[in-house]
Amino acid sequence: MSENQIQLDYQVITSLVQPGARVLDLGCGDGELLAHLARARAAKVQGVELDEQSIYKCVAKGLSVFHSDIDSGLAGYPDQSFDVVILNESIQQVKKVDYVLEEALRVGRRVIVGFPNFAHYRVRWGLLFNGRSPTTPNLPFQWHNTPNLRFLSISDFHHYCMERGIKVLKAYYLGKKKALHVLPNLRAFNAIFVISNGQIKK
Amino acid sequence: MVENLNIEPAKPAAGSAGIARTQFLNLGNEAINLESGQKLENVTLAYETYGRLNAEKNNAILIEHAFSGDAHAAGLHEGETAPGWWDNMIGPGKAFDTNRYFVVCSNMIGGCKGSTGPSSTDPRTGKPYGLRFPVITVADMIEAQRHLIDHLGIRRLLAVSGGSMGGMLTLQWVASYPDRVRSAIPIATTLKHSPQQIAFNEVGRQAVMADPSWRNGDYYETGQPERGLAVARMIGHITYMSDTSMEEKFSRRLKEENYSFSFNADFEVEGYLRYRGDNFVKRFDANSYLYITKAMDYFDLSGDKLILPGRMLDTRFLVIAFKSDWLYPAYQSEKLVNLLKTRHVDTTFCEITSTYGHDAFLLEVEEQTHLISHFLDKTFQGYSVSQQS
Repeated sequence: MSENQIQLDYQVITSLVQPGARVLDLGCGDGELLAHLARARAAKVQGVELDEQSIYKCVAKGLSVFHSDIDSGLAGYPDQSFDVVILNESIQQVKKVDYVLEEALRVGRRVIVGFPNFAHYRVRWGLLFNGRSPTTPNLPFQWHNTPNLRFLSISDFHHYCMERGIKVLKAYYLGKKKALHVLPNLRAFNAIFVISNGQIKK
Repeated sequence: MVENLNIEPAKPAAGSAGIARTQFLNLGNEAINLESGQKLENVTLAYETYGRLNAEKNNAILIEHAFSGDAHAAGLHEGETAPGWWDNMIGPGKAFDTNRYFVVCSNMIGGCKGSTGPSSTDPRTGKPYGLRFPVITVADMIEAQRHLIDHLGIRRLLAVSGGSMGGMLTLQWVASYPDRVRSAIPIATTLKHSPQQIAFNEVGRQAVMADPSWRNGDYYETGQPERGLAVARMIGHITYMSDTSMEEKFSRRLKEENYSFSFNADFEVEGYLRYRGDNFVKRFDANSYLYITKAMDYFDLSGDKLILPGRMLDTRFLVIAFKSDWLYPAYQSEKLVNLLKTRHVDTTFCEITSTYGHDAFLLEVEEQTHLISHFLDKTFQGYSVSQQS
């Protein structure tokens, strides 16, 4: 992922977090996004991360973080205990997607899901003309070393939400440098969805 | 190993806490009201301090020792060569940085390292208590220690920390005096003793009590039950290691070249356990073994007992567990973490990769130092990250 791309999805996510909000980041990595939210939004932030080395980096940033996998990291939280639950660049690595999203929607008033778009034209091109598993700036891995378990597109996720009655409050489609509106499933490198379980008051 | 951290060490090279001196506080007429309903009178606490208490008295850290530990946590006693039991973690530039923090460690009551225990003189008889010493709990130990913290003029502790039983004492501080604990660092510990943990303790107690020299605890003139206590300690040491660490440390190596075809200690592991057992009886009282293990077994802060219902706790937590620890397995720390989650307590949890088993909390210095020093820094500075704008 390019530096600009990181900036862009962080920018979008930051704009979605209210000042002082309680935020849970599932798969928070080294805590860059959380540290940014704590600084820029004075958010009360908590991370969940499986990788031990990333935990050390989070703690060095002064963040509170649980060493746990996302698939079991939500158990124990009371309903609606966070204003925002974030799954940025982690949903494609989750084993139990239905369970994790149900739990995220239970625990958070709103859930922000960011993921790389597998239907970007460069992905399609790579598979169609090169006949090889595609790699792009957003999907930089080879077939044998990718941590991604799932390869979903923007249309896939819209469809998934519709099927399950999950309310899509907003969706942002990100190109290299800015948000896109035309033909996002073909042109966007990644997407950021804001979803809720449809039962909460808006 | 902490790898690839792009973080400059915030501290100078780590050094020794220097010459340490054990001090004693006698509570005088102030009796401790015990959980059992009994009273413990004329209580003495042995303690050491390192670093300086600042003018605001907000830089005090209380270190809780494990089962067989003592107040001598860091530095050197005059004329001795062996440093305190957590010297690699406490000192200038270390995890508990004595350049910044005032560190206190005291011997638990029931022990035999200077604080009142079953080997102390019973003021009513003028002889050692033996089994006339009342059965005490972890909460009683904290109640006694609370007097020491009052005596030192500390209203609120910056942190309480300890591993193993020291972690239980840490949790008990939070349960007993939540307002007086700014942060807690329980390591390789549990909210309650499991049947397996109780079982190992019971075997140890039975080994002590089965030794004829034990004499129902009245052995102070005749010599203590050394064989029984040594066996108890040998069992303990097995539980502190892991299959992997024993393989690495001993494998099947022999002390001599060939088998002796006798019941001598052929294997290095046998020699090690015997050595550990024999050493232990020189420094530890058999009755203290009984009383302290019983206190551990009674320990149970599960459910609503750690944080009372409806109470908001603003103590920050850093919970640490180790992968190969099978005596206090990581799932027990995770249960603690889950409880803290449900109560919205600011918590960090890390399960450190280690092959040392339960002993890891004394040996995995680098990772713990990284976690603890940053956690304390954040706690001491206030919530700086979330307050920047």
